Amino acid sequence: MSEDIISLIRENVIQGRVTKDDEGVDEEMVGQPGVSELIDKALASGIRVEDIINQGLTVGMTVVGQKFETKEYFIPDMLASAEAVGAAMEILEPHLAKSGIKPKGKIIVATVKGDLHDIGKNIVSILLRGAGYHVLDLGNDIEPQDIVDAVIKEKPQFLGLSALLTSTMQSMKGTIQLLTENGLRDKVKVIIGGAPVSEEFAQSIGADGYGADGFQALAVVESLSQEE
Amino acid sequence: MPREGILVHNPYERMTKEQVQQIHQASIEILNDLGLLSFNRKAAEIFSSHGAEVTTTSSGDTPCWHVKIPERLVLDALASTPKTVKLGARKPDNILVLKGDEPRVFFITGSETNIWLDVDFPSYTRKSDPSIETKIAEFRPRRGTVADLCDSAHVCEHLETVDGYIRTVNIQDKDINEDNKDVNKFFASLNNTTKHVMSGLTNPKQLDNVVKMAKLIVGGKDKLKENPIISFITCLTKSPLQFVDDTTETFMDVCQRGLPIVVSSSPQAGTTAPIKEAGIIAQINAEVLAGITLGQLVNKGTPVLYGSVPVRARMDTLGDSYGSVETSQYNIDCVQMARFYNIPNYSTSGVCDAKIPGQQSSIERLFSNIVVTLSGPQYLHCAYGLLDCNSVFCLLQAVLDDAHFQMIKFFLNPPRISEQELALTLKQIREVLATPQKLFIRYIRPVMRSGEISAPYPFEGDGNSDSVFALAYERMKELLAKPVEHIDPTTTARIFQEIPGLLPRLNVYGEER
Repeated sequence: MSEDIISLIRENVIQGRVTKDDEGVDEEMVGQPGVSELIDKALASGIRVEDIINQGLTVGMTVVGQKFETKEYFIPDMLASAEAVGAAMEILEPHLAKSGIKPKGKIIVATVKGDLHDIGKNIVSILLRGAGYHVLDLGNDIEPQDIVDAVIKEKPQFLGLSALLTSTMQSMKGTIQLLTENGLRDKVKVIIGGAPVSEEFAQSIGADGYGADGFQALAVVESLSQEE
Repeated sequence: MPREGILVHNPYERMTKEQVQQIHQASIEILNDLGLLSFNRKAAEIFSSHGAEVTTTSSGDTPCWHVKIPERLVLDALASTPKTVKLGARKPDNILVLKGDEPRVFFITGSETNIWLDVDFPSYTRKSDPSIETKIAEFRPRRGTVADLCDSAHVCEHLETVDGYIRTVNIQDKDINEDNKDVNKFFASLNNTTKHVMSGLTNPKQLDNVVKMAKLIVGGKDKLKENPIISFITCLTKSPLQFVDDTTETFMDVCQRGLPIVVSSSPQAGTTAPIKEAGIIAQINAEVLAGITLGQLVNKGTPVLYGSVPVRARMDTLGDSYGSVETSQYNIDCVQMARFYNIPNYSTSGVCDAKIPGQQSSIERLFSNIVVTLSGPQYLHCAYGLLDCNSVFCLLQAVLDDAHFQMIKFFLNPPRISEQELALTLKQIREVLATPQKLFIRYIRPVMRSGEISAPYPFEGDGNSDSVFALAYERMKELLAKPVEHIDPTTTARIFQEIPGLLPRLNVYGEER
């Protein structure tokens, strides 16, 4: 029974189905329970949270990663699966502490002041949630002071800043300076991304990491997590 | 089910209906008042016996006949010309049905070049930094052979967008001569592709052998009529307004056998036709109408294609400039004229002035391929792999062209807009607006899998270097390694027994291979 549910969770992660209304890859799955319904069922059946995560979600995402590598899956597929895992983690969150599972970490993301472009930041958020991070999305056009206030309040391990315009990327520098002025610079790792920024720019403004795309951003966060 | 081709829903037209009518009238006037010179006696006699005004004259020492074709003859011929032409194929799925009133385009290779372009990728070391090695595509021309023709037909069999095959290279092996060229080029083509095969004839005396070969493949005369796996192309008119003796003879011989044939004309604006658009179109239309009329007088109901290969002259050499923009304009005009008569059109695009694959070649061929396709010719001889006007063929370029045609075909898919589609989309918008991220990404997946999203360019490299040639070369090798459906052993044995002149090395079941 528990193996069946975990197997279904795994399969639905691979299919990228959050709820029963989602199509996934195989159209005939509409109406069958998605990851959200299956997680509820797993918890009601008393399946260990650790098993749900390790044998269901993580194994499912590993298969998705392999399919992406072999070009069977594309980014929309990866994002759908990540979204499914993100939804699962949201349901599982209250149960993590009881189960003795340490959360992977908290990350605040924001598109900086003056910039309304948030597609990249949103994609990164989905991928991070799918990888098990707790993501707080502040939105776009966010003042440096508001970002600093959120860092003070939420105490995240990571801060992700995004900009699409050459004119707004300088606001990243201002935000990092404000973190330093508030004595927070060594309390949070700052990762930046967006079309006009680069590794060199990240170094020049004192950021801890740079992601050229969503997958690289996730890899940088994972790598910095291990350093901690 | 025959091949689908691609239906152009709203074909592009350059000329207004009034201009089309004006061209038609001008062509009729050319044929009726000015007439044309026939260097073929039989053709002149046929016209004369049907009421045309024919007078004997000469061009230098060569006798010829001045033929004035009355409008009535032309209109009668147009009335009896089939409006639908079926071009058969060894494999039923590859049959082409060309309807004169339907702008459904089929993409066809061709045509015969003397030079075959090989490609190689030698390595070069950078002088300033010997650790850096680069591979650069180099192209080497050589005379085409029958083995090249086999390879070309083989690859074109596997190129998805190729609907039919016109031989791409002139076979110039030492053991090929005027008497055995036709049977070998038809056999090399037919044995390596299951698509329709069209060709010109080098020696009209070989027509019976070629037709006999086709009959052996399909199983007899009636089967060949039902499924004409071969067809012919003849440029019987030499511009301006002259019936050439030998090709006119070939044309009439093919018409008598009732096999499909292209009545083609290839005037050059500036030299063999007026430089002005109105002039070249009125002239080429008159030349094609004269050929169509002759074909119907020889054998009423002969299936013909309105063949147009107009071109503008280069101003620097007065050679052909297939890459010129006007050449595409002329071709589109001819597509309209053929549609005016409801006769399927053989049109031309993709022939470029560039001598090797590269940027110029891509720009010239893609431009004409797009615009001429948009006009909706039924049988588009779109020059897969052709370079340097029609002198050079490069198989690598043919593979690159296939990618272009995938794009063009995708572009011509009709818009999927309906009440149901809009209701579904509005539901999606409503759903997405209610989410914090406001992304439509989750709806991409079913569309991606249904084929509604165009494929990426197949020869895209890693972004740091241009790998187009290298990747297309790999694709070409893959296609050459993929088997093709040859003619079966029993039929092949009969063909080699009964058709003289075939090279034993072409027998894939023979000992010489």
